[in-house]
Amino acid sequence: MTKSRIFWGTLAPVAAILSSLIFVYIILTIRGVNPIDIFAEMVSYGFQPRNLVSELNQTIAYYMAGVAAAIGFKMLLFNIGIDGQYRMGAFFGAVVGAAVNLPPILHVTLIIITAMLAGGLWAAIAGYLKVRRGISEVISNIMLNFIAAAIIAFLLSEDLLGTLPEGSQNLQTRKIPLSGQMPTIKAFNGEIYSFLFVAIAVGIAYWVMLNKTVFGFNLRATGLSFRAARSSGVNAPGMIFITTILSGAIAGLVGIGTLLSDTHSYSMAFPAGYAFTGLALALLGRNHPVGIFFAAFLWSFLERTAPVLEFEGVPPEITIVMQGTIVLSIVVAYELVARVNLRQQQRAVGKVNAEASSLKESQ
Amino acid sequence: MTAKTPEKKRSKAKKFFTSPARITLAIAGLFFIISLVELITGATDITSPGTSGATLRFAIPLLMAGLGGLWAERVGVINIGLEGMMIVGTWTAAWFGYLHGPLVGFAAAAIFGLASGFFHAVLTVKIGIDQAVSGLAINLIAAGGARYLSGIFFPPVGGDRTVSPPVDSFPTFTIPIIAPLLEKIDSQNIFFISNLAGVLHGLTKDLSLVTVALLLLVPLTSWILWRSKFGLRMRFSGENPMAAESLGINVYRIRYIAISISGMMASLGGAYLALVASSVYREGQTAGRGFIGLATVIFGNWRPGGVFAGSMLFGFTDALRVRQSESVMSLVMVAGIVAAILGIYYSIARRWKFAAISIGVAFFGLWINQRVDIIPQEFVTVFPNFTTLIVLTFLAQRLTPPAMAGMPYRRGSE
Repeated sequence: MTKSRIFWGTLAPVAAILSSLIFVYIILTIRGVNPIDIFAEMVSYGFQPRNLVSELNQTIAYYMAGVAAAIGFKMLLFNIGIDGQYRMGAFFGAVVGAAVNLPPILHVTLIIITAMLAGGLWAAIAGYLKVRRGISEVISNIMLNFIAAAIIAFLLSEDLLGTLPEGSQNLQTRKIPLSGQMPTIKAFNGEIYSFLFVAIAVGIAYWVMLNKTVFGFNLRATGLSFRAARSSGVNAPGMIFITTILSGAIAGLVGIGTLLSDTHSYSMAFPAGYAFTGLALALLGRNHPVGIFFAAFLWSFLERTAPVLEFEGVPPEITIVMQGTIVLSIVVAYELVARVNLRQQQRAVGKVNAEASSLKESQ
Repeated sequence: MTAKTPEKKRSKAKKFFTSPARITLAIAGLFFIISLVELITGATDITSPGTSGATLRFAIPLLMAGLGGLWAERVGVINIGLEGMMIVGTWTAAWFGYLHGPLVGFAAAAIFGLASGFFHAVLTVKIGIDQAVSGLAINLIAAGGARYLSGIFFPPVGGDRTVSPPVDSFPTFTIPIIAPLLEKIDSQNIFFISNLAGVLHGLTKDLSLVTVALLLLVPLTSWILWRSKFGLRMRFSGENPMAAESLGINVYRIRYIAISISGMMASLGGAYLALVASSVYREGQTAGRGFIGLATVIFGNWRPGGVFAGSMLFGFTDALRVRQSESVMSLVMVAGIVAAILGIYYSIARRWKFAAISIGVAFFGLWINQRVDIIPQEFVTVFPNFTTLIVLTFLAQRLTPPAMAGMPYRRGSE
């Protein structure tokens, strides 16, 4: 039973990745370059130790976004607000971290908690609107993403919370002092963010929470059937609200690895687009902590190796198209697999019913 | 019989509320307040011809995205891919416009827009994947694809990796007799009348034929939705596809057609950005307008006229932002006065909750007016998003979205 479940579970993602590879293969052939050569070069470039390190660092951020989206998905929530929540978390983490002076471990902990609070509270707006006003979280979160970006752009102005360092054009928050920075692990000619351990802890906590606690059981139950969960005594609207906040809190951690180990301040250079990436990774990784990790690694691998395409005269943006097609093929594959399963189940039930009725007739 | 009276009254009131006379009266009242504020503050930019002309130019892309969202949501499918479909429009319009002239550019944008909408329809209707996932993926693929193709096609012909070579622009025309007459009245500085003439002057001069053609899509959409057989079937598919199917309507086919048209509308909005509002394709040109289009659908309560009003309002704030940030302050004053009047009205009507909210808003406007020198650009930019959230929060009960918008539907299953 479990064997076939694992088989079906990995079949769809692998099929999706393969089909989008074929898609890119065709596009590259049209462009007049040899796709196999390029793929080989991308792989050898991507597995150089130096590049592996930066891929791993990017994976941490993507992993957080993926887990945040997965928590939402378990509740049938489409948390497209990860972008805004991540911005809020990273920004307020940076501001609070720069404002206080504490002993090292306490300082880092405070920043992490602030980021989770900021992300969670921002998500709570969408949660409230969903539970109390019945507004689709997709629409409200899209609007909230824009609003979050505007609020932060406003607060980053020089007379409020931002500074403009000498010789820089990039507005940023003040630097977090040394006690609030996280060390990096020097390995393979690079520096791995030690925030990696927090990411691993979040992954484990996510799995334990979901599978080993009453809360997780209630969460999954509400996600599977709101009405059934409610009639068996679960506070279903409350669960939706808390899950939204939880998802937002994890999303608040997306930028923290970079913040604590690399930039030490928030600036407008922090990238956008984590919402879609997070959702894509959760879909690709089937909401499983290990699956999401592999998906996140694939994503940062693609992004890191895209410049190789540039050398061959192929615009590197083709990797963006590839990410899009991976997501589309994966959801299409899930849908088709689900339909096949449904038909098999129906057939099995039909068979049992037929046997039962023939048994009755013979009596 | 007596029990029926209040209901009758209410429906009568409702009719009055939505009647053209009432709306005209409301707009005139609003305009009176704007004129008054301009008289007090001395700012003239709100009703200047330049602003109203710019408003129209900013509003059309939003309007097209909004109509695109409307066409899709009326048949029960949310189209988050509007942004991507607009990108399709900007790119194809610029490229084919560069090759064969702007008219061909527009036609190409329409065709590729139809195709992108059809793609969304195949994914959501035929295969039945999550509508939001499909839309987001389309956004990503369109953005990445446009950048990929720009990198290949534009540099050899004198463009840039992010900017297309310039395209010939459409000729513009000024409505004869009326426009010069309005200009004359505008320069007379008569209270209210000159202000009105200023706005109308901006709307009648240097018009592009494309603008007029696209504006006509609003009454056309309205006619199709509420006066034609196809429109009835569209709305039926969005409200209750099962019942529609049981009456012999081919819901899938209706959805295919409507969602394809949705893509075409959004794409034409993109083409307008590339060919009329500017004369090149530029990376990031759409700047989230597809999402604001989605917002206008909500703001406009899933009606073409409402979408039009929403896009004009959001286009107006956009125009003010670009032209002159000080005018935004006058607008805050206008909003404050309107809120105060509403507060008084609701107090007389004894609807205390609304009265409290209105008066609160009025005081907030007063506070901003006293304490803040200039409204930060960032907030003006997100005004549409913020307004939509507020409308959703406080007026959600009054909105009438299609019942099945966003819900999955498969033929023969519940």
